[in-house]
Amino acid sequence: MSTKTIVHTTINGDPVEFLCEPRQSLLEVLRETLLLTGTKEGCNNGNCGACNVIMDGVLVNSCLVLGVEAEDATITTIEGLASPDGLHPLQQTFLEHAALQCGICTPGFLLSAKALLDRNPDPTETEVRYWLAGNLCRCTGYDKIVRAVLDAADRRDRVTR
Amino acid sequence: MQAFDYARVSTVDEAVRLLAARNGDARVLSGGTDLLVALREGRDSAGLVVDVKGVPELMEMFFDRGGGLMLGAAVPCQRMYSDEPIAQAFPGLMDAASLIGGVQVQGRASFGGNLCNASPAADSIPALIVHKATAVIAGPGGRREVPVEEVCVAPGRTQLQPGELLVQLRIPAPEPRFGAAYQRFTPRNEMDIAVVGVGAAVRLNADGDHFEWARIALGAVAPTPLLAAEAGDALAGKAVSEAAIEEAARMAQAAASPITDMSGTAEFRRRLVGVLTRRTLVAAIERARRAGTHWNADLR
Ligand SMILES: Cc1cc2nc3c(=O)[nH]c(=O)nc-3n(C[C@H](O)[C@H](O)[C@H](O)COP(=O)(O)OP(=O)(O)OC[C@H]3O[C@@H](n4cnc5c(N)ncnc54)[C@H](O)[C@@H]3O)c2cc1C
Ligand code: FES
Ligand code: FES
Repeated sequence: MSTKTIVHTTINGDPVEFLCEPRQSLLEVLRETLLLTGTKEGCNNGNCGACNVIMDGVLVNSCLVLGVEAEDATITTIEGLASPDGLHPLQQTFLEHAALQCGICTPGFLLSAKALLDRNPDPTETEVRYWLAGNLCRCTGYDKIVRAVLDAADRRDRVTR
Repeated sequence: MQAFDYARVSTVDEAVRLLAARNGDARVLSGGTDLLVALREGRDSAGLVVDVKGVPELMEMFFDRGGGLMLGAAVPCQRMYSDEPIAQAFPGLMDAASLIGGVQVQGRASFGGNLCNASPAADSIPALIVHKATAVIAGPGGRREVPVEEVCVAPGRTQLQPGELLVQLRIPAPEPRFGAAYQRFTPRNEMDIAVVGVGAAVRLNADGDHFEWARIALGAVAPTPLLAAEAGDALAGKAVSEAAIEEAARMAQAAASPITDMSGTAEFRRRLVGVLTRRTLVAAIERARRAGTHWNADLR
């Protein structure tokens, strides 16, 4: 048995400390220790993107990050996307374009899309499709998701977050 | 996942000391996109995981006119192609960096990890080989530098000994009229593993119509990524022509020893080696002609 370590992070703007074993993934810690269950587990091996979070500005699969690696990291999860004033523009356009059905892939898609727009506020459709290639959806068909991301990019000219 | 200890180190010496003390029971953690999957699935095991992302040397990337590109072993692919001057100078390396997984994998996955994981289908390795890259390896006895084509010795195995660590990849500064490209065949455009991958690099003469030298490297058609030395050498001194490219493609096919598995038959793979050798040579020639001698001077 390896010993538990205290890890200090900032999650969705709040300082958060947690105790974890080295073998625990960040995904496991988020869901089971911190009860931030918006981040989903799909494949647990890097292929589906349901577990995506943004760590120190970089989009990562939280199933492929150890909890202990998050020491001093700043993390954004789906719970940090909306503000007290309302939904994030991406959440709004996902709703309007019906870009979700069962919803299990949605948090991952939203974090991927946010990471894209943070880096490239005006992506082409091709850029959106390639960027989202690591996110799988078994229900919606990708077209509505791509439309929603492009629409959010258009609206960001007016609303900037 | 199985239980293990975790250590985050900040120097190469500290990493080497920890790795050497565990006698084969320790694993280096760079981006974790291979290692954590292997540990979870029980394909690998570790008593100690040594996280090297806190070692500055492994996370640095810079270009030096004399020494070329120094690529820290743990630098993620996304940082490579996001660095514009370096991306423009080494499009043949960026071909591979932008193919490894999707963006969330590229945010963590490193060329060093790709090389040390030693998959026959690893995308960065043929690209590194044609760039004449070398690997700087540190161990209890000091440092050594070996050509990348000698690092992998079997599927999933490198020549690194317990206690050794890949510190850096060194890619020589591009010569004038140098061009390189890497391409792979996959059933799906993104997020797939190469059925065959081919890297090609050429240096052309001043008029851009003769090969001074060429290198061709193959992935997924042998137990390790392979330098098809004869195929590349055959081009040296020849006029750039379809016939010369065709001949090199045939020689590359002869160098391959593909197997049949779920992603393709041996026969299909051999065909692909021909197709991709032609395509990557054409792409490398085009880049070499476009590069001329200019961008090399722009780079600092
Ligand atoms: C969804 C997904 C898609 C992928 N797609 C591709 C693809 O298209 N093409 C491809 O080639 N690969 C692919 N991979 C595999 C993987 O992402 C790459 O091989 C990647 O480059 C590994 O780098 P890493 O930094 O994550 O390595 P890690 O997982 O950290 O390490 C890999 C191995 O190398 C060892 N190691 C790491 N760094 C060092 C070092 N400095 N010294 C000594 N040993 C070291 C580790 O102990 C481990 O055994 C994919 C993986 C996933 C999960
Ligand atoms: S659960 Fe992490 S990528 Fe699927
Ligand atoms: S909405 Fe069900 S998986 Fe995407």
